[in-house]
Amino acid sequence: MSVQSAGRWGLVAQFPAPLRARFARNKLAVAGIVVVALFFLFCFIGPLLYSTDQTHTDLTQVNLGPSGSHWLGTDAVGHDELGRLMYGGKVSLLVGLAAGVLATVIGTLWGSIAGYAGGWVDAVMMRVVDAGIAIPALFILLVVSAITTPDTGGLIVILGLVSWLVPSRLVRAETLTLKSRDYVLTLRAIGGSHSRAIARHILPNSVSTIVVAATFQVADAILLVAYVSYLGLGVQPPATDWGGMLSAGLTAAYSGRWWLIVPPGLAIILVVCAFNAIGDGLRDAFDVKGRG
Amino acid sequence: MDTLLYLTRRIAQALVVILIVTVVVFGLLHALPGGPARGILGPQATPQQITLFNHDQGLDRPLPVQYLYYLRQLLHGDLGTSYTLNEAVSQLIGQRLPKTLVLTVLSAVVGLLLALPLGMWQAVRRNKPADYVITTLSFVAYSTPVYFLGLVLVMVFTQVVRWFPSQAPQGDTVAQVFADPVALVLPVVTGAASMVAVFSRYMRAATLENLSEDYVRTARAGGSRQRAILFRHVFRNSLTPVIAMLGYYVPVLFGGALVVEQLFNYPGMGLLFWSAAQSSDYPVLLGCVLVISVATVVGTLLADVVQRIVDPRVKGGTA
Repeated sequence: MSVQSAGRWGLVAQFPAPLRARFARNKLAVAGIVVVALFFLFCFIGPLLYSTDQTHTDLTQVNLGPSGSHWLGTDAVGHDELGRLMYGGKVSLLVGLAAGVLATVIGTLWGSIAGYAGGWVDAVMMRVVDAGIAIPALFILLVVSAITTPDTGGLIVILGLVSWLVPSRLVRAETLTLKSRDYVLTLRAIGGSHSRAIARHILPNSVSTIVVAATFQVADAILLVAYVSYLGLGVQPPATDWGGMLSAGLTAAYSGRWWLIVPPGLAIILVVCAFNAIGDGLRDAFDVKGRG
Repeated sequence: MDTLLYLTRRIAQALVVILIVTVVVFGLLHALPGGPARGILGPQATPQQITLFNHDQGLDRPLPVQYLYYLRQLLHGDLGTSYTLNEAVSQLIGQRLPKTLVLTVLSAVVGLLLALPLGMWQAVRRNKPADYVITTLSFVAYSTPVYFLGLVLVMVFTQVVRWFPSQAPQGDTVAQVFADPVALVLPVVTGAASMVAVFSRYMRAATLENLSEDYVRTARAGGSRQRAILFRHVFRNSLTPVIAMLGYYVPVLFGGALVVEQLFNYPGMGLLFWSAAQSSDYPVLLGCVLVISVATVVGTLLADVVQRIVDPRVKGGTA
């Protein structure tokens, strides 16, 4: 690092720009926000402008290539592919967001309690987290899907239940540093309860860590649900999501029907990239440690 | 002495974690409709048969007793019997696991061979266009579902240009897998892609950290050439921690194998797991989960220990 750039960093550290300005300087993160906003418009407003029938099959219109009447062609049961992209996107985005938020909530509660309690409670709670991390989420999701076929709500809950582990570790680490701060000790000294200490001081001061974790969590959840649906055990037909649209992908790949593969795949990549970019931007703006 | 203490504590922790995993798997086994009796007698068994079996096997005893019984079975290497394949789960996994290992090790090697030079090159050319381009690409690769990449590769290399077959090598033994190396190309490349993305990031970070160390400045002041410093010192010092990261990467490797094997019809443990999920073959599913979890715990343990030994400044892991 040159002397000049070191000086520039020093200056930034001395006069921290407001949060929003720091976030806005990260062009990738701003692009992420734009992409996510566009996808929400596409999936939720799009169907109003480009109306298609996604419930009934139309066997006279199967496997058509892109054309004026079907911009992205049709799939093997005659659904318009562009319309399906909007329809599946709703599920992908909603399930991803809800599961990501749920996972963060569970992880935050678990991590703050473990970190605040300390001692053997902490040790036991964190070994449970280690065990959870040792069982890869994709595998446990497939086992659960084989036992019971979840509806969309159930899928969100299951996704949340298998992916809260990383946020819990981050929040625990944050809690460990916060719990010995003077204001927490003061609150305890004047008779404030433990839950009050967590609710009033620990959690509000961990908010940046939590928000950053939640953003990455949403990105991961969108990917995870796409994997499970692709493997045929996620969102059940006639509903679908972007991963489910790709579950017939191999047949499409052999017959060269790229329009059935490329659009949902690119949609997943763009949205996941966007959430990751937003997470990166937030992490840098908040200046917290998240994943690398 | 300090290291020995750390090692003992860390291994004890790992054992506790594996024990918790067995509790989870045991719990899932009992959450099944019909319980483990269903698992052994199969989906056709009558309620009478199940009651009789439960009594015979002591499955009507309290859960903690049953859990101990289950643990004893595990310690004897007994993972139960598959519903659909009518074979011991341990035997099925024993046949399939080596093939999965071939696939994952090949992917990991190819991935690392690309990722390490890429990451180093990025670090040397930090904040130059090449660095930004590769960073963006790894960002995209990280966000790409493995199966989507696989589908695109199948489409391009079996439809547009017909270079590689779309099916992985078949056959029961590892030797048969290697008999058809051309068919291995697409599965291995698909599996390696995300490795390249992740490990080039690690290598970039590790190289940058080493480049700012005093010994590099000393070497430079002593007149060593940049190339010599990079390869003699920085590369070697960056390599070990990055390789150690492989230990944390074990679950991702297995997850990747699941998708790659399903996509390319490669008869390894991933495909076994996937077919078991399709046919609700719980003993196989949970047996695989157990094996993968233990592998993950061992991988994490090795990574922690290696990092600790390589860099004693690293403080002893988690609480």
